[in-house]
Amino acid sequence: MSELTNMSLPTGNAGDIVLEGRGLNKRYGRVVALDNADFNLRRNEILAVIGDNGAGKSTLIKALCGAVIPDSGEIRLDGQPVHFKSPMDARNAGIETVYQNLALSPALSIADNMFLGRELRKPGWTGALFRRLDRTRMAKIARDKLSELGLLTIQNINQSVETLSGGQRQGVAVARAAAFGSRVVIMDEPTAALGVKESRRVLELMLDVKKRGLPIVLISHNMPHVFEVADRIHIHRLGKRIAIINPKEFSMSDAVAIMTGAMKPPVEGATGPTQHYQVGEEASQVQ
Amino acid sequence: MSDDAAGSATAETGLKGAAGDVASFEEDRKGIVRTIQGILHEYPTLIPLIVLVVGTVIFAIAAPGKFLSPLNLSVVLQQVTIVAILGMAQTLVILTAGIDLSVGLIMILASVVMGRTAVAYGVPVWIAFPLGLLAGLACGFLNGLLVTALRLPPFIVTLGTWSIFGALNTFYSNSETIRSQDMEAAAPFLLWLGKLFKLYDIGVFFGLDLPWLRGWVVTYGSVLMIVLAIVLSYILGRTAFGRHVYATGDDPDAARLSGINTNRVLLAVYALAGLICAIAAWVLIGRIGGVSPQAGQTANLDSITAVVIGGTSLFGGRGSIIGTLFGALIVGVFRNGLALSGLALLWQDFAVGVLIIVAVTIDQWIRKISA
Ligand SMILES: Nc1ncnc2c1ncn2[C@@H]1O[C@H](COP(=O)(O)OP(=O)(O)OP(=O)(O)O)[C@@H](O)[C@H]1O
Ligand SMILES: [Mg+2]
Repeated sequence: MSELTNMSLPTGNAGDIVLEGRGLNKRYGRVVALDNADFNLRRNEILAVIGDNGAGKSTLIKALCGAVIPDSGEIRLDGQPVHFKSPMDARNAGIETVYQNLALSPALSIADNMFLGRELRKPGWTGALFRRLDRTRMAKIARDKLSELGLLTIQNINQSVETLSGGQRQGVAVARAAAFGSRVVIMDEPTAALGVKESRRVLELMLDVKKRGLPIVLISHNMPHVFEVADRIHIHRLGKRIAIINPKEFSMSDAVAIMTGAMKPPVEGATGPTQHYQVGEEASQVQ
Repeated sequence: MSDDAAGSATAETGLKGAAGDVASFEEDRKGIVRTIQGILHEYPTLIPLIVLVVGTVIFAIAAPGKFLSPLNLSVVLQQVTIVAILGMAQTLVILTAGIDLSVGLIMILASVVMGRTAVAYGVPVWIAFPLGLLAGLACGFLNGLLVTALRLPPFIVTLGTWSIFGALNTFYSNSETIRSQDMEAAAPFLLWLGKLFKLYDIGVFFGLDLPWLRGWVVTYGSVLMIVLAIVLSYILGRTAFGRHVYATGDDPDAARLSGINTNRVLLAVYALAGLICAIAAWVLIGRIGGVSPQAGQTANLDSITAVVIGGTSLFGGRGSIIGTLFGALIVGVFRNGLALSGLALLWQDFAVGVLIIVAVTIDQWIRKISA
């Protein structure tokens, strides 16, 4: 089950995999949130993770970014085993996460938020002795990063985040992740609370980030968004990965059917949905 | 599910358009109000500054000749010093969305430790004084430990420690006051912050004749207050620790996910607040010319009043040390001005109450700017 790979996808060697989870388990009392779950993320791809509510997507992603410590299993970053004890550890390893609630401080400025927890000090004695922040340098880098992502509509980098629109805030969170993520960017429901225009902006940002060579993990319930940007789709069900599909070969309703258990997951070597499993009653209801 | 998503997308478009129309309509009508709100949001210290200036002008007219005299203003400054320093400690705590009901008692306890150790037990002041500072630091650290380790609400923790520090205060002081003469003989250093100097003399010292400085008499305690305000403003505004204090009060979960150890920030803030209270204790000894376990009974609430009138939000993450300094000055100016205008004491309390409620109302209004 764990080695389900769609052969029609570009097959890569081990060096192709940036972030990998093997046999991850996590229980909360009697609830099994992760049941021997596997995960892999390839270089330069957008991997979508979909699954029903409570399937264990967030737990999986939290295990990968240090916010949850799995009971057992192995996580490898660029082939090396890693053991994250806090989100800070994962950040230091180059994994940045855009949390669903964005994890921004509303009263602080855009620049302050981008550098929160990793502020730059002034060079020389004022920084060493008086721990003086280098606000000009931070503002400059923040502005550069935002304009790199085409977010120049934000005029004042010292504007507090709460004065920004939802889309702009999302942009700041994404820009922060893109600016500091040197290996992986993870986004949990980045478009959930956004309007159509703002969602579009974030999807474009994701493609921009990908173009700059960073792989992205996208967790989303929004199938059109997933199918628009994802290179591969990881389908999570009952605490484990049950399939990886190529969005070009499966329809949205197929993906949803697999996700809900209405349709059998494709077997190894599958090239399309039709010949490998029958569409059940539940699947047609989904349509 | 896919149809669902498409459906909600169209619904979003509809809603979006409607919301946009309403927003632009409101924008035209309330343009000026929103601009003011925006300015106040960006510079929250403006309000207490305006209130201070307006108050000064009103009392200059209501009590002509008396209120604006350098001597009277000097007295106001001396009166507000202790509350302002305690208010700074309180500001740090309130910025983290907490509250410290024990600041007044930490101050009294520290003053008793300093004074009694030096005078009653004959310990050299260079030991007794740091011991007092340490006592304040330890009290604050205890508050911080209870808030972080036991995850208790700061209000309850400091209500408890307020009572505990009160008991310790009675225990160590034996309810005895220390008179000025004894203090002067055993530890004059502890009285030093109450000493006055003439601002005019400072000018003369630098070879300048500045007549507008005539009549101003300032205590060293007030100078310390200003130095403290500058140092704390620097820490809050220019260091990473200061940013973390704001972030912790603003949204602790977000701060944690951003890699900030919020417990360490809280511990440091409560401990630092305790230390500042001990510095206020030193000022207090100079001001009353000795040690009294009964001094500063209203200091707790006065410090919160200064913080709130100074524009710091009780919900955390928003406010400044300078605002608190203005807040303390506003209370001092209104009390003094009303007294000089011949109104009874009860109207001073009444005015302070109105100021608090207006300040909190304005804070709520400004916070609504986040769309
Ligand atoms: N901190 C926790 N304590 C107890 N149970 C938890 C905790 N976190 C997750 N769970 C449980 O683990 C299971 C998986 O939850 P998880 O949040 O990973 O699901 P999800 O796939 O992200 O769902 P959604 O789409 O609703 O976000 C659920 O049954 C949930 O109740
Ligand atoms: Mg989730």
